[in-house]
Formats: sequence, structure tokens, C-alpha cells
Amino acid sequence: MIELSAFAALYIFMLAAFTGYEVIGKVPAILHTPLMSGSNFVHGIVVVGAMVALGEAESTATQVIGFIGVVLGAGNAVGGYVVTERMLEMFRSSDRTKKNTDKGEGT
Amino acid sequence: MSGGDTVNLLIQVSYYAAAFLFIMGLKRMSSPVTAASGIKWAGVGMVVATLITFAYPDMHNYTLMTTAIFIGGVLAWWTGKRVAMTDMPQMIALYNGMGGGAAAAISGVELLKGGEHSLVFMVLAVLGGVIGSISFSGSMIAFGKLQGLIRKDFRFKGQNILNIAILVVIAVLGIVVIGGDGNPNTIALFFTLALVLGVTMTLPIGGADMPVVISLYNALTGLAVAFEGFVLENAAMIIAGTVVGSAGTLLTQLMAKAMNRSLANVLFSGFGDSEGGTTEVSGSMKPIEAADVGVMMAFAQKVLIVPGYGMAVAQAQHKVWELSQLLIDRGVDVKFAIHPVAGRMPGHMNVLLAEAGVPYDLIYDADEINAEFETTDVALVIGANDVVNPVARTDKSSPIYGMPILDADKAHNCIVIKRGQGAGFSGIENVLFFLDNTRMLYGDGQAMASELISAVKEM
Repeated sequence: MIELSAFAALYIFMLAAFTGYEVIGKVPAILHTPLMSGSNFVHGIVVVGAMVALGEAESTATQVIGFIGVVLGAGNAVGGYVVTERMLEMFRSSDRTKKNTDKGEGT
Repeated sequence: MSGGDTVNLLIQVSYYAAAFLFIMGLKRMSSPVTAASGIKWAGVGMVVATLITFAYPDMHNYTLMTTAIFIGGVLAWWTGKRVAMTDMPQMIALYNGMGGGAAAAISGVELLKGGEHSLVFMVLAVLGGVIGSISFSGSMIAFGKLQGLIRKDFRFKGQNILNIAILVVIAVLGIVVIGGDGNPNTIALFFTLALVLGVTMTLPIGGADMPVVISLYNALTGLAVAFEGFVLENAAMIIAGTVVGSAGTLLTQLMAKAMNRSLANVLFSGFGDSEGGTTEVSGSMKPIEAADVGVMMAFAQKVLIVPGYGMAVAQAQHKVWELSQLLIDRGVDVKFAIHPVAGRMPGHMNVLLAEAGVPYDLIYDADEINAEFETTDVALVIGANDVVNPVARTDKSSPIYGMPILDADKAHNCIVIKRGQGAGFSGIENVLFFLDNTRMLYGDGQAMASELISAVKEM
């Protein structure tokens, strides 16, 4: 793997922290819930780490824990995506509502 | 360049792309116009990152891996598609908890594997493990509370001392683990206590404060993911986790502020522990009939609707929108005024209104709309209580003093739809209900909205 020096990692950490703060900073309150849900989805990337941990696991104990980790991580990513998409699909402006008179979605 | 190098390069490029797509996705999610595409951008990033991870060198257990993804994915897909919009906050808690659990599992695997590691590696693995564990069990309790599975707020004297005691033991065990003690029993005890702490921290917190807690755990999970990203030298995890950690912290602060609570107050004491709320209420509540309200609204120039969670519980949002459309067709200026914590969490009410088909450009935040109440003929308050209580502006002894409210009392006429005469969750009498320009329309939200619709139609 490409080596990631501790200091490079620290720089990434600092810049990403400011990025997160700036991206959310000017958001209207109407989007707080979908955005929390969306950021909840984004940390579903943990599934990738869980896959690596499981992939490198040798003993039964680490395999079991790794397996649970991947199940949970996949649940985080998929569930986070589904609920966020459902919420955001509903936001429409009044022009679109006039064209589209049937309300709600039929899942 | 050998084959292995090419694969490594491909993995790094994919992770880089994923990190870019996550940030762009979140950026697009911060405006209602582009929000729906934002989650799709982030989704593409997730798929790319997950698929390329199968190409990671020196891995095995592929069958287990695929099975685990399938189980977790299908379960989450199925529950996520079925959940009602009113239950959204607890589902976010559930999925968030799963992420925390996954981060803790990574930490567990890495610590149990043993081997020589740097001090930074060990510290971050241990920190990510404890934070992830707390986020996991705490989120599960939050889910249970909002879902109605846990109804009591288990509060007892010395709960904070107990929590601090557990934390101290965790810290000691953590130092032992960092010191290189590879004993599986020590590690197991360490994780068990972290899970217990998540439970004991969350159990005493009341249901009304849960959104703030869920948001906090969301930020904590992000942090845990970032720490485990350091451990695995995975830049995508570091970036995604850190962005969520800082964004989540900001969201948590915004929410706590909107509810007029400090974070410490939410975590370490229950609502209503402070004394106060001694405002003398004079006058009486004056009832009104739906037919009269119908006339009043039909001939008004401007109507502001102030919905609260009570409206959503009564499933009245569709009827309220039908009523609004009738009024708009008659030339009435109708707008929705939303308090930041009108639903179960900031923005939740907007989702519920959007579900009923209300366009977002008719929905206004408290700051945008408050000045308009003075020129409003009818303010229709439905299922909201504390967020329209004027004592928040006037009575310094009240627990809700200083909380931003919607100035429904300043409208020419204020109509309150309410089931009975009780107080809001804070238990504070609402002065608004006793004002001269306020009339009470008693009944179920949905039934009253239906009556108003027929009253307007008859004209």
C-alpha cells in the first residue's frame, strides 16, 4: 500500500475538519434532518475498513468480530442511503408540484 | 510497473474519487434545489470505494465478506424502505449506531491481531474503539426510546458519578491495552465497559432531547471512523469520518441552541430539573367553532400556518395542505412558519410537509417569517405549543426563557387547534392560549382540518 505518513494524515485530518464545518455552516434549518441523515450515510465508508479488517483476519475470534463489523458497516451505508434519498426526493418547488399532482410515493 | 502496483494505484485513485464525491455530495445536500442529486453523488462514491476494496492485496475470507455485506445491506434496505417519515429520527439513530459498531469491530480485530505497532496506532485504535462502542450502544438506546420500546427515563442519584467511575476504569484498561497487553480478556472487558457506558449515559436522557443526542452520536461515529482510518491507513475513511465529525458537531450545536439547551445540560441533567415557570396566567381560553374559523380564513389576506409535531402525530399534514390549496385558490397568501425544533429534530417538519406535497418555497424558517406575523390576519397553530409561548420572550424565570419562538401572538387573530387544555412537554402554561386575540379549536388535528376544509368549500 502507499505509505501514509503520520503527518500527512494529520494534515488530512485538519483540512477535512474545516471542510465539514464549512460545508454545513450555511445550511438552512429545513435541511438539517436530511443532512444529518446524509452525513450518517457518508460515515458508512466504515464498511470498507471493516472489509479490510475481516479480509486480514486469521483467528476465529477476529473473523467473527470482523464479520459483525462488515454486517454493521453495510447496514450503515445502505440504510443511510435509502432513508436520505427518500427524504430528499420529496423536496420540490411549487412549479414542480403543480405539474406533479399525485402526492407521496407508493413504496 | 508490476501488477500489484497497478492495483494499489487503482485503489488509491478510487478512494480519492470517493472522498471527492462525498464532499461534493454533502455540498449539494446543503441546498434544497440540488439536495436530491447530492445523495446520489455520495452514493456513487460509496459503491466505487466498496467494489475496489475487493481488490485489496493479501486478503482472504471473501465468502464471509460477501455474505456479511448481503445480510447487512438487505436488512437495512428493507427497513429503510418501509419506515414512516414520522419515524425517521430513530432510523437515523439505528443506522448510525451500526456505523459506530463497525468502527469498534475494526478496532477489536486490529487489537486482537497483536503485533508490533507504533504508539499513535495503538492510541487511535483504542480511542476509536471506545468512541465507536459508546456510539453503538447509546444509539441503540436512543432508537429504543424514540420507537417507544423504552418508555422510562432511568434517572437516579449519582448517575453522573457512576458514569465517571466507568469512564475511569475504561481509561485505565485502555492504557493497559495501549501498553501492549495483548490479553484477549482485558480487551474484551474494555469493550464491554465501553458498551455499558453508552447505555448508562443515554438511559437517563428524556425523549425530547434525543435528537441532540443522536446528532452527537452521529458526530462521534464520524470521529471513530476517522481514527480507524488512521489505523488502517485509509485516507477515504479519514476524510469522510472527519468531515462528518466536524459537520455533526456543528449540527449538534445548532440543534441544542434551537432548543435553548446547552449540550452539557442535555447530557447531564433531565429537562425540568430547574425550578421556574411561575408566570401568572390571567384571562381564560376562549373556544371557537370550525365553521367560524373557515369564514375567517377564507376572507383573510394572509394566513400563516404554524405546525408542530402534534400535527404529524395526528397525520393531519395532507389535510392541512388540502386546506391551504383551497385558500390559495381563493387568493389568500398562505405560508408555513416552521420552528427549528417543530418536528422531532431540526428540519424534520419540512420533511413531513414535503411528504404531504407542500412545496419548499412556501415553507419559512422562524427568522425569515417572524416579522410577518404583525401583518397576518390569521395564524393557525396546529399541534405546536412551547414554540409559540410568548413567555420565552418575557419571563426570565421560565425554563424556556430565551428560546427563539414564533411570534404567533402578534397576528391579528390566532387560532390554536389542540386536543385538550394540557401544557406542552415542558409542562409550562402557554400564555398565548389566554390572549384576547386567540381562539381555541378543540379536537383532533386531522378531524379539525377536515372540518375546516368543508367550511371553506361551502362558501
